[in-house]
Amino acid sequence: MTDAPVLDVRHLRVIYTTRAGEVTVIPDLSLSLEAGEAFGLVGESGCGKSTVALSIVRYLGRTGRIGGGQILVEGRDLTTLGDAALRTIRGRRIAMVYQDPMASLNPVMTVGRQLMEVPMIHERVGARVARERAIAMLSEVKLADPAGVMERYPHQLSGGQQQRIVIAMALIAGPALLIMDEPTTGLDVTVEAAVLDLVRELRQRHRSAILFISHNLGSVARVCDRVGVMYRGEIVEEGLVRQIFANPRHPYTRGLLDCLPTLGRDKRQAPLVPIAGQVESAISRPAGCGFARRCVHVESGRCTSGSIAAVTVDGEPRHRVVCVRAAELPPWRRRTGAVVSEERGVETEPVIDVHHLTKIYEARRRRRRFGGKRPSVRALADVNLAAARRQTLAIVGESGCGKSTLAKVLSGIEVATAGGVTLDGVEVGSLGVDARSAALRRKLQMVFQNPDSTLNPSHTVGYAIGRALRRLRDGAPADTTDGVARLLEVVKLAPAMAARKPHHLSGGEKQRVAIARALAGDPDVIVADEPVSALDVSVQAAVINLLNEIQATHGATLIFISHDLGVVRYLADHVAVMYLGTVAEVGRVERVFAPPYHPYTEALLSAVPVPDPDHDIPRILLEGPVPRADEVPRGCPFATRCPRRVGAICDDTPPPVQQLAPDHRLACHIPGPELRRMQTPLVGTSSAGR
Amino acid sequence: MSTPAAADILSASPPAAARLRPLARWRRRLTAVSASRPAAVGLGIILVWVALAILAPAIAPYAPNANDLAALANPTPSRTHWLGTDHLGRDVLSRILWGARPVLVIAPLAVLGAAALGSLLGLTAGYYGRWVGVVITRACDIVLSFPVIILYMIILAHFGSSAWNIIGVLTLTKAPIIARIVRGMTLDLREREYVTAAKMRGESALYIMLVEILPNARGPLIVDMCLRTGYNVIIIGVLGFLGIGLPPPDPDWGGMVKDTYGMMMVWPHMALFPCAAISSLVVGFNLLAIGLRELGLRD
Repeated sequence: MTDAPVLDVRHLRVIYTTRAGEVTVIPDLSLSLEAGEAFGLVGESGCGKSTVALSIVRYLGRTGRIGGGQILVEGRDLTTLGDAALRTIRGRRIAMVYQDPMASLNPVMTVGRQLMEVPMIHERVGARVARERAIAMLSEVKLADPAGVMERYPHQLSGGQQQRIVIAMALIAGPALLIMDEPTTGLDVTVEAAVLDLVRELRQRHRSAILFISHNLGSVARVCDRVGVMYRGEIVEEGLVRQIFANPRHPYTRGLLDCLPTLGRDKRQAPLVPIAGQVESAISRPAGCGFARRCVHVESGRCTSGSIAAVTVDGEPRHRVVCVRAAELPPWRRRTGAVVSEERGVETEPVIDVHHLTKIYEARRRRRRFGGKRPSVRALADVNLAAARRQTLAIVGESGCGKSTLAKVLSGIEVATAGGVTLDGVEVGSLGVDARSAALRRKLQMVFQNPDSTLNPSHTVGYAIGRALRRLRDGAPADTTDGVARLLEVVKLAPAMAARKPHHLSGGEKQRVAIARALAGDPDVIVADEPVSALDVSVQAAVINLLNEIQATHGATLIFISHDLGVVRYLADHVAVMYLGTVAEVGRVERVFAPPYHPYTEALLSAVPVPDPDHDIPRILLEGPVPRADEVPRGCPFATRCPRRVGAICDDTPPPVQQLAPDHRLACHIPGPELRRMQTPLVGTSSAGR
Repeated sequence: MSTPAAADILSASPPAAARLRPLARWRRRLTAVSASRPAAVGLGIILVWVALAILAPAIAPYAPNANDLAALANPTPSRTHWLGTDHLGRDVLSRILWGARPVLVIAPLAVLGAAALGSLLGLTAGYYGRWVGVVITRACDIVLSFPVIILYMIILAHFGSSAWNIIGVLTLTKAPIIARIVRGMTLDLREREYVTAAKMRGESALYIMLVEILPNARGPLIVDMCLRTGYNVIIIGVLGFLGIGLPPPDPDWGGMVKDTYGMMMVWPHMALFPCAAISSLVVGFNLLAIGLRELGLRD
């Protein structure tokens, strides 16, 4: 048993029945996993990663079925097993962790009960034994106070804690195979880092084989030994993690790496190269390579006919590629490069000036009467920021740091409680959108996060953009066809798109239309609230490049709100790092991303999963949860979690704002020079150092 | 797997549809409806009734109020009177065919009225919230808390019973239900980013409610309107049965039942055939509603 692989998928074929007939989503897939090994499956959405996971546990649903091949788990073929036998294997030998922990936990049962159920049902052990094992497991997933956690309900735990519970539930039966489907996708970067480290550690201890599915190359590099890159239901490249990241041979793998914004890239030195086109539907499968139509190295004839066989890369025995040109492609080089400081062309005239901005959400009076004392929530506390003309100001921070509230006050969806915001010299902080003049509204427009709700599903693209043109541009003609076509061209969409409705567009296309709509009035400022966080990396790269280009040609100021530090490093000129409604650090991006860091910036940067298995910078893991916004500490807001806490002063006195350079300030009790001595650079760049 | 064709009825038309002629678009929608069996059967029943009602003058074998005294000796179904005659010797089949006409006009019109009034109330209540919402929802609750039959009797007794008054009374009593549905959807839809985008363009509240929000509430609204039309058919029957429906002697299904149910033991056909007509039409609307909901969910 020890020699046989834990999971051996042989020539798996998965078919979905749709109205258009039968569609083969996975034509022929093989992979195997040894005990204790972690295999990462990466690729864009729609490439079949989750389908692989679901077919292994035979959860394909009514429309899907396995059309051929074998799935051997510890030597038993799951494709031939009956329901009862499958159920015991699923519970005892295979466990699954999904993306959304809340969906995996039962909201009306305590987590302890849910954990105990697993051994009680599958191993028929008594409640006492089950309880002991549950508590032991909880401490293994590093939850403080395991006995206390046992009594909690899922909604009383944070997202990171919930995901730990789900992992504990998966591991408590001691499965041979653990399938993790995007386990850290919804989590904040600091929490993600902790969960990934936990997975790494548990893997070594439990010897479970892990099938780790993710679209995030960084987290795969962090956790896995081997990687398989999937495209259109096929593993196009497979190899050891180092082989894949150092010497990718398949053009798709290279494409994924080239379009990934990382901490070592910026827009001037190492522009993102998006993959052309989009994932094609599985309905028609042309002869030859499935990636041929998007591939930059395509050679008609060889690539577009016959079937492409997998070849082993010279000198790398475990590295297989499905590409006829694999051996001929030029060597790949990681695109890095970030300018240290570029003083030329820096404009300082602020368009947006945020001064002492405070936003308090009042608790509803009636609620307070019932719930006893329920103080109001301070979402923004004395925020000072400025965005210069024609520059990109990025605002980063974990969820709940106030970055979206700031966007809402800027755009007038919310109004300031105290302090203010000037837009081109006009005070707008206390003006809601309704109170703003047409000219002010024209000056500032927004791009939103969710591609599915940013466009009205009932309106055509042409109507959405045309309406914005009529409302926001003076003297726009009644017939906006030309204007719409021009704007669509700016966002690189075909004019014919105007007749479409949003549900016929992909996420990236929707986001482009939203950008076109925001551009209709030729705004001075565009506030983009997480505009790319819901998009696949290749699409994300294209949208980021588009935003960048538009900013350069239209001369607009971009206020870019994001939780992704890679994107921020790439796109921003200035960065503000926010924590609990306050600005921890702000300055030019190359200064903020180099020591001295604010301890919070340092923690964030060290937590970013880097798509390079050799990147081994010690992580700074933050202890404890973010304090609730209604119980903000008296002193430094970060004091409760700060790894560089000095003492009582941090808890009692708000930190001074230190101006370390004309365009760099941070709020910390530790003096800047001393911080620099303590810290090592976390962003490895080719031209690093100052 | 989504079914694009089916999804189109409730959500939106496919890209090509923008260029299609209205007729072609309707044909496309009908094809889409047939994807759900209940919807197809329901729509079939309704369309049959609509056709019969339109063609009544041409196909009804007798005038609806003509008395065939000869038939009174034996009013049961026969070769001359397929569904028999009533106690006054009037041909039941002809009366049912003619009786379909007022029902198929009043029931949908009343639903349209209720949908218009209810949507406006619901949108206003949901969009503004706070005291506006409280006032409207409470007003709706008050209307809904009345025993409707008594309300109908009071209003129709006071204003007299005519087709327009029946439409009015049905509109008034059904609007709060629609308002409730629309309010619920508005509460959700007003938080969408496209509504924020509209606010940032400086659109008026009326525009946002009618152009940005209402079209996206249409799926559940259409389903509910189908159901309500069926219920209205029942209520029109009940009103006729209570003698406050459409004034005699013109045929009215409910009225036909009222006039003849006393003779149920002897001549059941006189009351049962109009009852069957009412039921089949109601079932038709219910099936269509179920089918449409199914198609909407499948999206």
